[in-house]
Amino acid sequence: MSEIPNNSRRTFMKLAATAGGGLFLGFSWTSSVASAIEVFDDAAAASGNIDFNSYLSISPDDVITILSPNPELGQNIKTSFPMIVAEELDADWTKVKVVQAPLDTNKFERQVTGGSGAVPHSWERLRKAGATARQMMIEAAAKRWNVAASTLATDNGMVVHQASGRKLSYGELANEASKIPVPQDVKLKDVKDFKLIGKEIRNVDNREMITGQPLYGMDFYKEGMLFAMIQRPKAFGLKVKSVDAAAAKAMPGIVDVVTFKNNVAVVGKSTWQVNKARKALKIDYEQEGALESSSDHDRIFKELLNSPEATVRRKDGDVDAAFKKAAKVVKSEYQCPFLSHSPMEPMNFFAHVRPDGVELAGPTQTPEMARGMVAKLLDIAPEKITLDLTRLGGGFGRRLSADYVLEAAELSSMIKAPVKVIWTREDDMTGGTYRPAVRYRFEAALDKKGNMIGYKLRGAGINSGNPTREDNFPSGAVEHLLIESVEHKSPITTGPWRAPITNFLAFAEQAFLDEVAQAAKKDPVQFRLELLDKAKKSPVGAIKYDIDRMKGVIDLAVEKSGWGKNNKVAQGFSVYFSHRSYVAQVADVAMKNGKPVVEKIHAAADCGIVVNLSGAYQQVRGGVIDGFGHAMYSNMTFKDGAPEQSNFNNYRLIRIKEIPEVDVHFVNNGIVPTGLGEPALPPTGGAVANAIYKATGKRLRNQPFFEQPELKNA
Amino acid sequence: MAIFKLQINGRSYEADVEPDTPLLWVLRDSLGLVGTKYGCGIAQCGACTVHVNGNAMRSCVYPVSAVGNAAVTTIEGLAKGDELHPVQQAWDEVDVAQCGYCQAGQIMSATALLNKNPNPSAEEIDNAMNGNICRCGTYHRIREAVALASTKLK
Repeated sequence: MSEIPNNSRRTFMKLAATAGGGLFLGFSWTSSVASAIEVFDDAAAASGNIDFNSYLSISPDDVITILSPNPELGQNIKTSFPMIVAEELDADWTKVKVVQAPLDTNKFERQVTGGSGAVPHSWERLRKAGATARQMMIEAAAKRWNVAASTLATDNGMVVHQASGRKLSYGELANEASKIPVPQDVKLKDVKDFKLIGKEIRNVDNREMITGQPLYGMDFYKEGMLFAMIQRPKAFGLKVKSVDAAAAKAMPGIVDVVTFKNNVAVVGKSTWQVNKARKALKIDYEQEGALESSSDHDRIFKELLNSPEATVRRKDGDVDAAFKKAAKVVKSEYQCPFLSHSPMEPMNFFAHVRPDGVELAGPTQTPEMARGMVAKLLDIAPEKITLDLTRLGGGFGRRLSADYVLEAAELSSMIKAPVKVIWTREDDMTGGTYRPAVRYRFEAALDKKGNMIGYKLRGAGINSGNPTREDNFPSGAVEHLLIESVEHKSPITTGPWRAPITNFLAFAEQAFLDEVAQAAKKDPVQFRLELLDKAKKSPVGAIKYDIDRMKGVIDLAVEKSGWGKNNKVAQGFSVYFSHRSYVAQVADVAMKNGKPVVEKIHAAADCGIVVNLSGAYQQVRGGVIDGFGHAMYSNMTFKDGAPEQSNFNNYRLIRIKEIPEVDVHFVNNGIVPTGLGEPALPPTGGAVANAIYKATGKRLRNQPFFEQPELKNA
Repeated sequence: MAIFKLQINGRSYEADVEPDTPLLWVLRDSLGLVGTKYGCGIAQCGACTVHVNGNAMRSCVYPVSAVGNAAVTTIEGLAKGDELHPVQQAWDEVDVAQCGYCQAGQIMSATALLNKNPNPSAEEIDNAMNGNICRCGTYHRIREAVALASTKLK
């Protein structure tokens, strides 16, 4: 055991004590083989001396406890993961308790929320864990009744002997089951026999959330804890020159003012007191980098798009020749602004750095990375750092960065006290990280029959690395193709934002393909289907998407939206593959008082097997609203390195009055789940812009739409 | 600093704070009632919504010195013991929350609406809820839950 009190152990010991025996199963997250499953006897479990893996326990009073390792930020993993275990266990869902696990790299793997990857990663492991426990229940009952295990079945937390009608609950069998050797190669259920998976199951934290229980980092409190707010430079490219903290220090409740790096931290006894004292700081800054404005970015984009130097991401055939012989060329540019992540819970983190170890607690999407960075910063072994995960009040990629965790750790080490660093909304919007602005230039060459024979894409990004996805559609379907990227390095800090890159690339590409289909005089859906057929019959180079799955969502969206048959509204189409899943969307636009109004968005998604229909449905609907809201309204601009928006009064997020109806449909194909946290967002902007074009004849190529002259004057 | 006596969720509390301290921070930092959330601090997002004498108020801009003897209700005071308020029941049944951070404020806004107008139209629901931002985009379910709660209150 480590020297540092470990919350998971405490939680476990409490459970063991109240359970008074039962079956405790540890299963390995690094392996999906049954040999990695261990059983612990009561004494060992109660003593807390066993090094169990992630576990599921069944107590004699029928309570089934499942540890949920991944950070929960609204993607519903804390409900979906246990559902998968409970399905194979054939458990009574009403008896399942879910406990949030702390960071523990010995027990868990991939304790990350990002990339829509949790369910795809853990699907097999979770099923195996449930099925193994179920088999042990059956064998325990077989032994007690002295019958063959093959004559027994399970049903809703009971083992049933059909011939005699005898039944025993899992709780009644738990102690005996713990003495059964762990079976190898257990049989998993047939997908068609799923009873829980695919149903609408309510969020396991509902009661706590709707009664205001302390779940979030903002709610975390520890006796003796101090509060801190940090004044960061008001513009990117500035650094602290001098600090006069005398007035701030003299204010009530203020314990200290500490300067580190470019941060001036005000530490005190309450949030309001430190917030007020911070305003009394007098800080002089000096310039250390470029103070960029949005107008600079517009100029830089033009230069990058025409620069002779670019990184070639993909090259098929002879693009120059194809464009030379083209009957028609279509060329367009698309640009998006910086965006704030703005999760509703602003950044915050608790840290207590002691000589013997570090205690961390709060909301993060990447606890392991955060701990590693703190270990490096403080030059301390990661094993001496505990990290408790609170529920996250949203993330959207912002909490993939650990800057705010490091601030808390560094500040606590300096003041030698437990402290929670709290960001105000203004701190979050002006000093955080952003979805970087990007500009794309697309060119398409058409032959006389309207076939796309050449395709060029250049992405000019700010701190974006590669702002293209070179092996995505339409790559594979075009003989002559060139995809390039160019980058500008900016002092403005940027980071992944929900569906990184594709959150705008999908709009740009799907709107451009609409333009190309129009130039080819083809129906936009038919145009895409022809390209997919071509990629299937004679693929050009490697592709990352599955052609049949993409066609599947196209067909479903066409069917459900009445594409081509609905004359009452103008419809726009888009389809996109991202994070392993496929989503097609159709937007319905009607003209009202001379203005285009998006009335409805039809979404057809293929994420493989839907684990929790309630969560999945909302994940798609929320993703569409997120994609729609940001495409329509949100805009972060800069003047001399300083963000011009600072709070929800000048940075616009979508509100309830502005939402279109959203219809959600899933492809039912029974394949292994492929993730749903992000894929519904990218296609929305394209469907909306294409529908607005159909309704008004005006092409929207820049976001946010509501600020564009095409929409203002529509 | 001064001592303020507050009536919250039918109980009496005392807090020793500066008079300009917003009610939000008194609830959260002084009294440990952390169900009321900080979202923007400028009455733009609604996460901090509480009831003051039955009216929905943004507690982040409401100084404690202005509360006086008014009856304050927070999210912690809606349920009667283990029995959820009909609005909370509706929120559970519709499974509204994603990240959940804004939902206490949403529920308090919805409850204030239904207390005054037990049978709101779709437009009245949107008008009452438009001051509450949900970054996850649970708005459809918020509409659905308010409508369901309205039937439960009949």
